[in-house]
Parts: sequence; structure tokens; C-alpha cells
Amino acid sequence: MEKTKKQEQTSTHKIGIYLWIWGLLFVLSFFSYMVDWYQFQGVLRWSLILFFMFLKAGLIMAFFMHLYWERYALVNVLLWPMTAIACFIFLMVAEFEYTVFTRFFYFVVGG
Amino acid sequence: MSDFKIEGYELKPGFKGMAKDTGSDQTMFKGVHWGKAMMWIFLLSDTFIFSCFLISYMKGRGSTIIDWPNPSEVFGLHVFGVDVPLLLIAIMTFVLITSSGTMALAVKYGYEKNKKMCGWLILATAIGGLTFVGMQAFEWGKLIHEGVRPWENPFGAPQFGSFFFMITGFHGTHVSIGVIFLFIYAYKTFAGHYDEGKRGWFTTMKGDYVEIEILGLYWHFVDLVWVFIFAFFYLW
Repeated sequence: MEKTKKQEQTSTHKIGIYLWIWGLLFVLSFFSYMVDWYQFQGVLRWSLILFFMFLKAGLIMAFFMHLYWERYALVNVLLWPMTAIACFIFLMVAEFEYTVFTRFFYFVVGG
Repeated sequence: MSDFKIEGYELKPGFKGMAKDTGSDQTMFKGVHWGKAMMWIFLLSDTFIFSCFLISYMKGRGSTIIDWPNPSEVFGLHVFGVDVPLLLIAIMTFVLITSSGTMALAVKYGYEKNKKMCGWLILATAIGGLTFVGMQAFEWGKLIHEGVRPWENPFGAPQFGSFFFMITGFHGTHVSIGVIFLFIYAYKTFAGHYDEGKRGWFTTMKGDYVEIEILGLYWHFVDLVWVFIFAFFYLW
């Protein structure tokens, strides 16, 4: 009895959760395709793209890759390095804005 | 997945558990197979590689003063006399998500020691991946035919081609490697290597269904990267 209980704990989750996540991923992908289909522009387009992207990525990582059920020791080792990527993005945004400014200034305006 | 009890060690939940696990003077990832931990570390490093590609793409696209090609038109298809924007890419996205779902189910059936279902689902995943790579090859062929090169293209900023080939090429390589391993693992599952605990080729590790989960992590990661490429390269 004790052994079977233990087995249940280690083995699997119900099939329903996978099918739900699967369905949700389909719906979210459909929505992100619709963003292009209806040609939303500007801030609305970018925020919708990012919203659906993070939702999809989160669902895949949490449930398909089982991070939701993992211990914090593993989850935190995996997720904190992402802040380094966020810093890098921040730096490179500053960099391209400076580059495009100088290009406009010297190529278009003429210095 | 890793909730099983370790003899003589009390597993605490949350951040308290994290501090205790980390400072336990033993293995840090309690209940996580070493192969799984190593796969996660590899995926973390791969995340950094793909991030560097996507960030350099952001920098390239943001700093050019020539108009960027409109991906909606560049990747559109002309079917039955109508122009459909991004059609091929949308189908590729759905194919990859489908294969991710079958992989998740394969992992589940693997842990339940359901050899047949597990094997067929891995095979279905492999075929999904193969379809994806095929469509990507078609897309590359179409763009090369239209004159897109890493150094020039007829649609706009010349950087477009180099970023496109580099990013989708690197992702496609990952998918191709995944497909090869999926076929190998499908064979190993059907042959019963995980039931018998048969050794792999380069390891003394005994075969176990945890290997399906490790392969699954890689495959879901490939899907995960595509989510970001789809958002930033094709939709933005």
C-alpha cells in the first residue's frame, strides 16, 4: 500500500492537465497569428505579441517542462540567470538608439 | 516530478526548502536525476546563445536607417489566388506545438511504463519535427529563389538576410538533431531498453524512462525558442 502511494507520487500527472495546456497553446498561437492577420500596429501590436509570447513560454516551461512541480533549488538556478539577459537587452537598446541617432545625424542631416 | 522522499532527509517546500537543499552538503537538486539536471544546465547555456542571436537582431534592426522588410509580406504565400500573410509560418508553429504536445504525453506514458503508447507518441513527435524541418527547407528555398542573401535582399535593409539565415538556421539545426534523437529513442522504447534497464552507447547508466523526460526537455526547449523567434522575427 505504502509502496503504491509512493509510486503514484513520483510517476505522473493526470492526462487532463497536458491536454488543457496543449489546447491553450493552440488558442494562444491562433491569437498571436490574428495579431498579424488584422494588422494591428504600434504599441497595441507589440504589447499583444509580448503578452501572448510570455504566456505561451510560461505554459510550456511550467507544465510541459514540469518546472511548476520542481523544487525551488532547481527553478531558481534556471530562472535567475534570465535577469542577465534582461540587462543585456537594456544595454543594447541604449546602444542601437545611439547608433541610429548618429546615422541619422551624419548620413541624413549631414553632420 | 521530483517529489519522492529521500531516506533520512526532510524535504521542505518553497524558499526554505531551497536554502536547506543548497546547504545540505549533499547533492543540491534533491530527487532530480543527474541527467535531467545536466540537460537543464545545457538548455540554460543554449538560452544564452539564442538570446545573443535575438539581441543582435534587435540591435541590427533598430540601428538601420533603411526600412526593414515587412515580414508579413515576405513570408506570405499565394494560395488559391489569394495572398495569405505568414501562412507557412503559422502552419509551422502549429506543427511544432502539436509535436510538443505529443512529446509531453510520451513522457507521461513513459513514466507509466506504457511502452507502446510512449513509443508511438515519440514517433509522432519525430514526424512532426520532420514536417517542420521540411517546411523550413521550403521556406529557405523560396526566399533564396527570390534573391534573399546574407548580404542583400530585394525587400529592404540588407541585414535582414543574415539575421534570418542565422537565427532560423540555428533553430532548424536544433530541430534536426532533436528529430534524429527522437527516432533513436523511439527505437529504444519499442525495443524495451527502458524496461530492461539496458545500457546506452556511451554511458554506464542503466536505461530508464527518465531518459524520455530528458529528451522531452530538449524538445520542449526547441518549441520554446520558436515561440520567441515567431514573436520577434516574424510578427514584430
